[in-house]
Amino acid sequence: MSTEFHYLGHKMPYLPADGCTGRLIVIEGTDGVGRSTQSFMLKQWLEVQGYAVHDTGWTRSKLVGQAITEAKTGHALHRLTYSLMYATDLADRLEYQILPALRSGFIVLADRYIYTALARGIARGAEQAWLRDLFSFAVAPDLVFYLRLGVHDLVPRVLAAGKMNYWESGMDMNYGDDLHDSFVAYQSELINQFDAMADEYQFITVDARQEPQAIQRQLRRMVGDYLHTSGYQVTAEVADLNTLGKPAQ
Amino acid sequence: MDALRQPHSFPGKLIIVEGIDGSGKSTQLQLALRHLQAKGLKPFFTEWNSADLVKAVTKRGKKKMSLTPMTFSLLHATDFAHRLVHNILPPLKAGMIVLADRYVYTAFARDVIRGCDRDWVRKTYDFAPRPDRAFYFNVPIDVSVQRITSGRAKIKDYEAGMDLGLATDRVSSFKIFQGRILEEYGRIRDEYGLTEIDATLGIGEQQQLMRQMIDEALADYQPPHEAQQQQEAQEYA
Repeated sequence: MSTEFHYLGHKMPYLPADGCTGRLIVIEGTDGVGRSTQSFMLKQWLEVQGYAVHDTGWTRSKLVGQAITEAKTGHALHRLTYSLMYATDLADRLEYQILPALRSGFIVLADRYIYTALARGIARGAEQAWLRDLFSFAVAPDLVFYLRLGVHDLVPRVLAAGKMNYWESGMDMNYGDDLHDSFVAYQSELINQFDAMADEYQFITVDARQEPQAIQRQLRRMVGDYLHTSGYQVTAEVADLNTLGKPAQ
Repeated sequence: MDALRQPHSFPGKLIIVEGIDGSGKSTQLQLALRHLQAKGLKPFFTEWNSADLVKAVTKRGKKKMSLTPMTFSLLHATDFAHRLVHNILPPLKAGMIVLADRYVYTAFARDVIRGCDRDWVRKTYDFAPRPDRAFYFNVPIDVSVQRITSGRAKIKDYEAGMDLGLATDRVSSFKIFQGRILEEYGRIRDEYGLTEIDATLGIGEQQQLMRQMIDEALADYQPPHEAQQQQEAQEYA
């Protein structure tokens, strides 16, 4: 069963309007809430169920993934260029991975999506309306899970993982005097932004203080229920892995 | 935001030129630069595609022909933002004159022809300040082709829009592609009030028109040190 692609705002005239047979599932949340672990486990489970899954992650595009990492190393990013590079990364992945996979009936599992870009952009002082227009080329997800952790639960986890770095702490924004203070202030702002988006974008908020296995059980139950009720079927097209890596137009 | 629709509030002045390749806009801007320098001013000159931030990515993407209309547009927007933040805003804020070879209108024309949504491209760039004077050098396609083929080695792939599959040879493709860009420029000229200059006129004739209008745009301009001296004089008076 093929349906229309729902773009969030500005559909590029050359991108497909219909032919979507897959589903887009997004896992969002700040750093250190366990997003990647949950995505990984969810992918494995879905594949065991017989679903073809394509996973995609933030700044993982072939085109600019590396350039973003390099630019961050040099601290050369301004809030405008920061957001625009994220948009380039997502656009590349949308056209080369996400749209072709959705057309071929895959379940696309995205570790972070535009909401991370919106939250980070706003925390860096970019205008919300501008950011929303900028990222409006993206297709609307079918499900968005928001793994939520308050900032005081987040700090010990991130410290234990040794990941309290310059960018995750928003040090480029002078949020605080040292890494810890800056981290708390910056991540609090990100959490505020995610919370503010939750209603509007219909996030399914999951309490990330739970054990990873407990979180995974919830995700699996909700994804399973959704796939059964939404009329999603594994179609013959699913096996067509060759369509990946080619642009959608 | 919508900075492009209202005058900026910086003490400096921003003068830009637009036009298709071979319109002679860069030559005219260089001559305008000399004019201002001769008046004792110290204008800043900046051109598109000069930022290091995304140069390597754009180059690699172009080489592999892997850029899509959207990533082409966004990479150039990233580059423009970098250039704006580093090369345009600081001198404008410091009260200097900035001369820019190509501005956001280049993207408005080119990216829409490549297939991006017209409104989306405008919104992507609406952080850019409105120029105090924007010149559009309008030239017929044949004149532009003649100038380019006689002056330079060859037309580049992306300049000719070869990625769009309009024609199999570069010159034909260039004509079709740049012809569409000309149409789009006409729309932009009306929408944003660009000053059109007939680029088939003699170089001197065009420059005379340009200098006259630049001088008008600078009528209320005070170079930074003069403005400061005046302020100090008032304070001590």
